[in-house]
Amino acid sequence: MTSFMLSDTTASKISAQLTHLRHQMGSPAVGMVLTLVVVCDEGEQYDAVRAATEAAREHPSRILVVIGRDPAEPNRLDAELRVGESTPGEVILLRLYGELTEHADSVVSPLLLTDTPVVVWWPRHSPDVPAKDSVGVLAQRRIVDARPAAEPVKAIAGRARSYVPGDTDLAWTRLTPWRSLLAAAFDQPVGKVKKGVVEAAAGHPSAPLLAAWLGERLGAPVKVADSPGPGLTRVTLSTAAGDVTITRSDARLATLSRPGQPDRQVALARRPTSELIAEELRRLDPDEVYEAAIRRVARSHKG
Amino acid sequence: MTEGSPGTTGTAGKTRAGGTAVTAVTGSAEESASVAASVATTAITEAAVAANPLRDPRDKRLPRVAGPCVLVLFGVTGDLARKKLLPAIYDLANRGLLPPGFSLVGFARREWRDQDFAQLTYDAVKQHARTPFREEVWKQLSEGIFFCPGEFTDDGAFDALAMMLKEIDETRGTGGNYGFYLSVPPKFFPVVVQQLKRTDLAHGPEGAWRRVVIEKPFGHDLKSAHELNAITSAVFPESSVFRIDHYLGKETVQNILALRFANNLFEPIWNRGYVDHVQITMAEDIGIGGRAGYYDGIGAARDVIQNHLLQLLALVGMEDPTSFDADSLRREKEKVLKAVQLPQDLARSTARGRYATGWQGGQPVVGYAQEEGIPSDSITETYAAIKLEIANRRWAGVPFYLRTGKRLGRRVTEVAVVFQKAPHLPFSKDDTEILGHNALVVRVQPDEGITVRFGSKVPGTAMEVRDVSMDFAYGESFMESSPEAYERLLLDVMIGDPPLFPHQREVELSWKILDPIEEFWASQGVPEDYPAGSWGPASADEMMARDGRVWRRL
Repeated sequence: MTSFMLSDTTASKISAQLTHLRHQMGSPAVGMVLTLVVVCDEGEQYDAVRAATEAAREHPSRILVVIGRDPAEPNRLDAELRVGESTPGEVILLRLYGELTEHADSVVSPLLLTDTPVVVWWPRHSPDVPAKDSVGVLAQRRIVDARPAAEPVKAIAGRARSYVPGDTDLAWTRLTPWRSLLAAAFDQPVGKVKKGVVEAAAGHPSAPLLAAWLGERLGAPVKVADSPGPGLTRVTLSTAAGDVTITRSDARLATLSRPGQPDRQVALARRPTSELIAEELRRLDPDEVYEAAIRRVARSHKG
Repeated sequence: MTEGSPGTTGTAGKTRAGGTAVTAVTGSAEESASVAASVATTAITEAAVAANPLRDPRDKRLPRVAGPCVLVLFGVTGDLARKKLLPAIYDLANRGLLPPGFSLVGFARREWRDQDFAQLTYDAVKQHARTPFREEVWKQLSEGIFFCPGEFTDDGAFDALAMMLKEIDETRGTGGNYGFYLSVPPKFFPVVVQQLKRTDLAHGPEGAWRRVVIEKPFGHDLKSAHELNAITSAVFPESSVFRIDHYLGKETVQNILALRFANNLFEPIWNRGYVDHVQITMAEDIGIGGRAGYYDGIGAARDVIQNHLLQLLALVGMEDPTSFDADSLRREKEKVLKAVQLPQDLARSTARGRYATGWQGGQPVVGYAQEEGIPSDSITETYAAIKLEIANRRWAGVPFYLRTGKRLGRRVTEVAVVFQKAPHLPFSKDDTEILGHNALVVRVQPDEGITVRFGSKVPGTAMEVRDVSMDFAYGESFMESSPEAYERLLLDVMIGDPPLFPHQREVELSWKILDPIEEFWASQGVPEDYPAGSWGPASADEMMARDGRVWRRL
């Protein structure tokens, strides 16, 4: 891996340096398919970059990491360029000082890959309306995460108000294996579901989302209940013939039980952030199913 | 041995993904699944999708998951099972694509119990799986691993198998859906298929499916292909027979369809008006290894051209299908295979050879005739090149050159569409002296990708034009996350989605193309020798030279 530091620099100098590095490595072709912008602070940077580079193995990307530093300092842009073997694409860490912290878009915009999709990811602190954020407005897809929020469930409920097609939340992405397993369980006729319960660690934002999705699709009331965790622990759907349940207490292996059939064990491990990001990058079109789920959460949260 | 089949290196047959074009392929394949839903009558999953309130076509995150089923594997101790099939099953489970309750039954002539087969699977997974080993996935899979010992001729063993499957239906909720994977030599097909019929395993009750999966070779000529088909079709309907040509499961091969039909850039020039000729190559650097018994009497053309290369020809040459469901796709492939014409003079438009002792990649290797188990009077070819024409409006007069060989310079499979020279060059003859033909090359393996070759000005004061290459590579590091051909194909079998499997009609059409050539060759005695590590016999180069063309140097 080649790493290169530029201090007190500009976007055009970074761009020139990138071209130079690529030529030096003998591969001037750009095979990258998208730009992933990560907006975070210094403390979150390491984990976020790690997850993004892992995800880039599936989606070769230019990763721009925007790190806001002290706004009281004089204006200044520092950049760290990483190009090379361990990362299929390019990673550019941008450190913004002074008033520039308010104008990150002026640095990001010239560094986006030409004519390819742009995705923005806020690992922790996300703007109230991602689509109206100065960086967010550059992107087709905007990824936020309700889990680290102070009040995760409230955060999810608030998403519906600011929703613009292209918004997505990792709290929803985390549910895909659960939803996939539930859908597989329903591939065999189950009968009309009368009611359901989703149990999870208190305040887990994925739980109301899963309940909303099930309620929306099954046309039945689905409640959320607290459990010791970790994460989601159980989904119970009651039918006339009995309960269909998926239970997972160790965050790894789940048990599927349904009326008239023996219990079966299914792998249902929690996934690392890199896999969540890779899933998000796989489809860049608006997720209407997510929209329906957050709208339902918002309705029931008010009521 | 063909590339990508077991016994070659671990990376053989690995496909890579990444890049927009690939996303497009998976996208359309998944969409076609819903189209196919209306067509398929055997697939319970697809019927169930409509009835399942949790499935929504807009919900693209949910993967296509196979319905509850049992996969019965005949020939579990073979190389293919250990190196490809069992790891692929684990990888599917790891990606969450196998249904809860999925069960795997091994059948072989071993005094084994379930745990012995589980151990074999465990070792195979540990050694060859693509995705990381995870204890919880293994736990899910191992719960559903069973073994049924017995001989194929032993009625009792198959009765026991039928009982076992019935029991699995009850204990694991697999709903009577069985796939039978015959990973055994074709000579055992009749007895296994008859046993399945006798025990009534070939026909499921209402609402359940039974499918049989067979591997190439699908016969060694038209007649034997007929006979082989008669055996399976007497028991299974054609829609339940899945013929695996693992090449069709490769991302790059599927990408030919995306390249051609998802873009507007290539299709207008994809015809006789612009294309000079097409070269389809599958070169291997390995010899026949320990497979003398299989290979001698079969030869390069039957082993590779009949299936892989003619399928590639069909994908490159076919018209656009009305949709990507199995019916439309196969119909177009059949049409183009039917339009294939053999040249009048087979002596001048085919070539064959056999590798002689020589040096391959820095190592001395023995010739074919000296390989262990090859009879001294063998006339089997290890290199075959043929020229074909496609008699339709799009391709009339455009030759398709197909070549394959063992112990060639290096391992490469590619399809090269070579374009005509520009009709008029406003440059002087000297300026364009070294300018070749434009070419579009689909690299199937290794180093998957697409290359476009065109002329470009050499920097300087003179107007000199030279060939340059523009390259799209699927990339070096994405391979670990992109599925193996067998994963895709096994999943398609369980889902009941047949577009990537050749129909019996395609198999028969391919033999119709190859049989006259094989007949001619049979009368020509011993093939011409070529040194191991070279690019084939001189006669192959002469065949091209007669047409004023040359093989691409690979």
